[in-house]
Amino acid sequence: MSFQRKDLLGLGSLTSEEIAFILKAAEPFKEISGREIKKVPALRGKTVVNLFFEPSTRTRTSFELAAKRLSADVVNMSPSSSSVAKGETLLDTARNIESMKADMIVIRHSSAGAAEILARQVRLSVINAGDGWHEHPTQALLDLMTIQENKGHVRDLRVAIVGDIAHSRVARSNMHALTKMGAKVRVAGPPTMMPPYLHRFGVEVYYHLDEALADVDVIIVLRLQLERQGSSLFPSIREYARLYGLTAARVKRAARDVLIMHPGPVNRGIEIAHDVADSEAAVILDQVSNGVAVRMGLMYLLAQRRES
Amino acid sequence: MENDRKTLITGGHVVDPGRWNGMADVLIEGRTIVAVKPNLRTTIHASTLSRTINATGLIVCPGFVDVHVHFREPGFEYKETIATGSAAAVAGGFTSVCCMPNTQPVNDSRSVTEFILAQAAAARKARVFPIGAITRGSHGQALAEIGELYDAGCVAISDDGLPVMNSQVMRRAMEYASAFHLPIVDHCEECHLSHGGSMNEGVVSTQLGIPGIPNAAEEIMVARNIALAELTGARLHVPHVSTSGSVRMIREAKSREVPVTAEACPHHFSLTEEAVRSFHTHAKMNPPLRTDEDVQAVKEGLRDHTIDVVATDHAPHAPQEKQLEFDAAPFGIIGLETALPLTLNLVEEGMLTLEQAIAKLTSAPAHAFRLPHGTLAPGTEADVTLFDPAATWVVDPAQFHSLSRNTPFNGWTMKGLVVTTLVGGQEVYHATPARRDL
Repeated sequence: MSFQRKDLLGLGSLTSEEIAFILKAAEPFKEISGREIKKVPALRGKTVVNLFFEPSTRTRTSFELAAKRLSADVVNMSPSSSSVAKGETLLDTARNIESMKADMIVIRHSSAGAAEILARQVRLSVINAGDGWHEHPTQALLDLMTIQENKGHVRDLRVAIVGDIAHSRVARSNMHALTKMGAKVRVAGPPTMMPPYLHRFGVEVYYHLDEALADVDVIIVLRLQLERQGSSLFPSIREYARLYGLTAARVKRAARDVLIMHPGPVNRGIEIAHDVADSEAAVILDQVSNGVAVRMGLMYLLAQRRES
Repeated sequence: MENDRKTLITGGHVVDPGRWNGMADVLIEGRTIVAVKPNLRTTIHASTLSRTINATGLIVCPGFVDVHVHFREPGFEYKETIATGSAAAVAGGFTSVCCMPNTQPVNDSRSVTEFILAQAAAARKARVFPIGAITRGSHGQALAEIGELYDAGCVAISDDGLPVMNSQVMRRAMEYASAFHLPIVDHCEECHLSHGGSMNEGVVSTQLGIPGIPNAAEEIMVARNIALAELTGARLHVPHVSTSGSVRMIREAKSREVPVTAEACPHHFSLTEEAVRSFHTHAKMNPPLRTDEDVQAVKEGLRDHTIDVVATDHAPHAPQEKQLEFDAAPFGIIGLETALPLTLNLVEEGMLTLEQAIAKLTSAPAHAFRLPHGTLAPGTEADVTLFDPAATWVVDPAQFHSLSRNTPFNGWTMKGLVVTTLVGGQEVYHATPARRDL
C-alpha cells in the first residue's frame, strides 16, 4: 500500500486504505514538533505556496509550520478576493506559481471545486485547505488522528457532528472520513442546516441534540457562522445556543469517556459552553497539534511521490 | 430573373409534419415552395431547372425553428454576434431563430429591435426574430413599450433570465400583450428560493457542497404563470422545462385548455445533475440539469405533447468566463449545432416518431410563436433542411460556427448530420465533405 496521488482534494474520493496510510505516515511527524530543534530535511529545496483566497489564520499557520518543519521554502499568497473581482483567473494565478517552479500549492477558496479545477490544470501537487462548502480534508484527517490517539481506534465508535452541516466543508470531509473508517456517524442540527439526501453519506440525521448525543463516544461541534444570522437558517443566536449549544448537562447524555472536538475558532457560549470547551473531555488543542503532524505527513507523501 | 430560378430537391424522404411523410420531390421557384409530390422529377423538364439537389438517403424537412437563442449582439459581441450565431443556426439546420432580449442595451425599444433585424439581414443566413423585453431594462417594474416592439418586429416578449417576480406586473404584461397576440415567455424561477444556487439541489449538490436550486423554484413560477394565463387569457410560453412538477402542471393546464405552450432543451433530456461532478462548468446552466426522474418526465412530456417544442437556449460564453470557479462561471451552453442529433436520440429510444421529433423542431415552434415558417406548404418561403439521419460524427467544438465553444457534448458521438440548409430558396449551409466523412 502506498499513496500515489498527485493531489489531496478531498476524502470523498479516497479509499479507507489510503486514509489509513496517510495517518500512519503522519504518525512519526508528531514527535518532531516536540523536539528542541523542530526541523527535518525532508522537503529541503522544495517550495510550497499557501494560496489563500479566504482569510484564515490557523489553517494557514498550520500548513506554514508543517512545511517549514520539513525544511521547505514557504510563500504565503492571500489574494484578497476571488478571481472575478481581481481580474485574473484562478488558473492564471496557478500557472504563474507553476512557472516559478513551486512544487506544491495549498489552496483555500470560497468556491466548491476550486482545488479540483486547479489540480486538473497544473502539474504540481495541490492540497485542498478548504473549498467552499465542499471539503476540508486535512481537518478531517487531523480529527481522525485525534480520535485514534485518544480512543485507540475509530471503527464502531459513535460520533455526533453537531451544527450547520449544509454549509460546512468540515462536516462533509468528516462524514466521508469517519464512515469510511467504520464509525457510526450522527449529524445533529436544525433542519434548515441539513442538506437533502444526507443518508447517502451513510449518516443518521437528528434534529434534537439530546437524542443525538445519547451514548456517543465523540462529539464534533461545528462553529456557527455568526454572519448567517438573518438568513432565516435560525431565528437567533440565543435560540441556537439554547437548542444546539453543547452544555455540561448535555454532555452527560454521552458516554462517560466522551471526546469533545471543535475545528475552531470557538464561539464560546454559543455552540459550546465555556466550561465544556475547557473540560477534560475537550481535545481541541490536541487537534491543533495533530494538524501540524498530519500536514507534515501529507506533504512528505506528496513530495516523495513526485521524486519517485 | 432570380424569381424564376427553379430548384428541385429530389430522391429524399420528405417529412413535413402533419402534411407529408414519405418519398417525394420538392419544387422551389424563386423563394417559394411550389410543390411537394412524389416523382416530380418525371414531370419537369430538366432544362427548366436551374438546380437539382440530390437528396437520396436524406430527410428533407422544413427548416428548423428555434424560439430560444441568445445572440449577444448588441453588447457582448465577444461571445456571439448575430452573424456568427446565425451561421451556427443554419449549420444546425435552423432557418428561423428567436433571440432573447438580454443584450446590452436590453431589447426594450424599437431601435434595438431594428438594429438586430438589420444585422440579421446583413448576415444573410437564418431568419432572426427578436423577442422584446416585458419590462423596461428587464428590471421587472415598468412595462416596456410592447406595442412599439410589436410594430418593430418582435414576435414575443420576455425578460429572459430575469423572471418578472412581481405578479401584478406580470398580470398587466399578459393583459397588455394579448392585444397583439404576443406570446409571453417567462423564465420560471422564484429568485428568493434559487438565490445563490449554481446547480440542482439534490444528492450531487449535497456531495459537492454547491448551493442548490430546488425544483420548487421553477415550479412555483410555472404555477403562478399558469394561473395568470388563465386569468388573462394571454398566450403563455414556458421555456426550458426542467422538472417533473412543471411537466405535470403544464399537462394539467393544457387539459383545461389554458393557452400555454412549453419547450424543452436538448440538454435537459440528455443529461442529469451527474454531469456536474468534477465541477465542469459546461454542465452549469439555468434551469440546472436535474435528476433522472426529471429527465424521464421531460421526455414523457415531449411524447404526450405536454411539451410542444424543442428549443436550444443557445447561450454562448467566452472560454475565460467558463474557466472560472463553478459558482463564478456564468450559466448556459451553446446548442444550435448539436440539437438535431440529441433530438433524434428520442426517436432512437422510441419516445418520438421521426415526424414528431421534426414537428418539435419545425411546425410546433412556428405555431407557438405564430411564425409563417416550419412548413413546406406550397406558397410558403422555401426554408428547407436536409439531413442524413444515419451519419455519425464526433463533436469537436473547434469546428463549430458559433463564436463560443461552451458545450458539455465535446467528444460525444452524434447520429444525424445536417447536410444542406436553404433559406428562402437560397443555400445558406452545406456540410463540408470532410465533415460528412467523419
